[in-house]
Amino acid sequence: MELLAKAAREGQPVDVAALMAVVPYCAFLGVKASLRGEEVVLEMPFDPKLVGNPIIPALHGGVIGSLLETAAIVQAIWSTRAVKIPKPVDFTVDYLRTGRAVTTYAKARLARQGRRVVNVHAELWQEDEARPIATLRGHFLLAGQ
Amino acid sequence: MGLARPVSSVEIDGYGDAAKVGPMSDNPDLDLTTLMRSRAGTAFILAMGGEIVEASAGKVLMRLPYSRKLIGNPDTGVLHGGAITAMLDHACGMAVGSGLGVIITEAQARQTTSYATLDLRVDYMKAARPNADVWVAGECVKITRQIVFARARAYQESVDEPVAMATGTFITTETRPGS
Repeated sequence: MELLAKAAREGQPVDVAALMAVVPYCAFLGVKASLRGEEVVLEMPFDPKLVGNPIIPALHGGVIGSLLETAAIVQAIWSTRAVKIPKPVDFTVDYLRTGRAVTTYAKARLARQGRRVVNVHAELWQEDEARPIATLRGHFLLAGQ
Repeated sequence: MGLARPVSSVEIDGYGDAAKVGPMSDNPDLDLTTLMRSRAGTAFILAMGGEIVEASAGKVLMRLPYSRKLIGNPDTGVLHGGAITAMLDHACGMAVGSGLGVIITEAQARQTTSYATLDLRVDYMKAARPNADVWVAGECVKITRQIVFARARAYQESVDEPVAMATGTFITTETRPGS
């Protein structure tokens, strides 16, 4: 991916905020990315289109899964200096609490970094970072660099 | 495009609308499809452009037309895995809801029972081919007193060549009528 390849060529860190803007699905979800040290933090403001259950209203489970998956991928890109977007192999999302109609955040860490595959744990939270509303654990394939 | 999909009977034009649904017809699956389509009015699925194509108790078939806004890799045009995940999640949830009778079929069940997703496991077998629909078939596999198990499969040309598969586990929650 050009944005990633350019950063690698110039020996510069990847602009994770710009990455969110050039990936259409991330722009569609309204996801923004920033760095907290070596940790990528995603932020997704509430939007009515993200609702799955209109009665509560609650975020759609798929939105929660999408944000966790994105957090895992972007952290994998950042940590491995990948020039291609890692591909999901498998993951499990545990739904711990209802995703309410407020801003949602996500972060991830690489539990294991192999040459070809990374094992990533991701967490999603709203008001309280210590009380995640969903977590992900999964494997992502690093494309041949 | 002449894509293969499970051949089952029900086909309705346009979206259903719960308010417009008249007396139950002789075909319960037709009613279920109409009503579940109105349920596909779930904001996020609508925003993605996804729809429920047909449904029967415990089974659902959905379609996600290719859309530029769902792209995850701008170099290849391949959909973001999250869009597939969302469809798999929804298909599992709809299959469970219709299997329990919570969605639509049984007024009593609708009032007293609800359900929540415990977890969803997704396996990605291959990237979805750009510029083609993704079909998602969901099935409620087993209902126990407290836990419900569901499966869903996303595919394009053939149901035998899955793009992704999901396993979902749900817990039923008793709610008091009127609460």
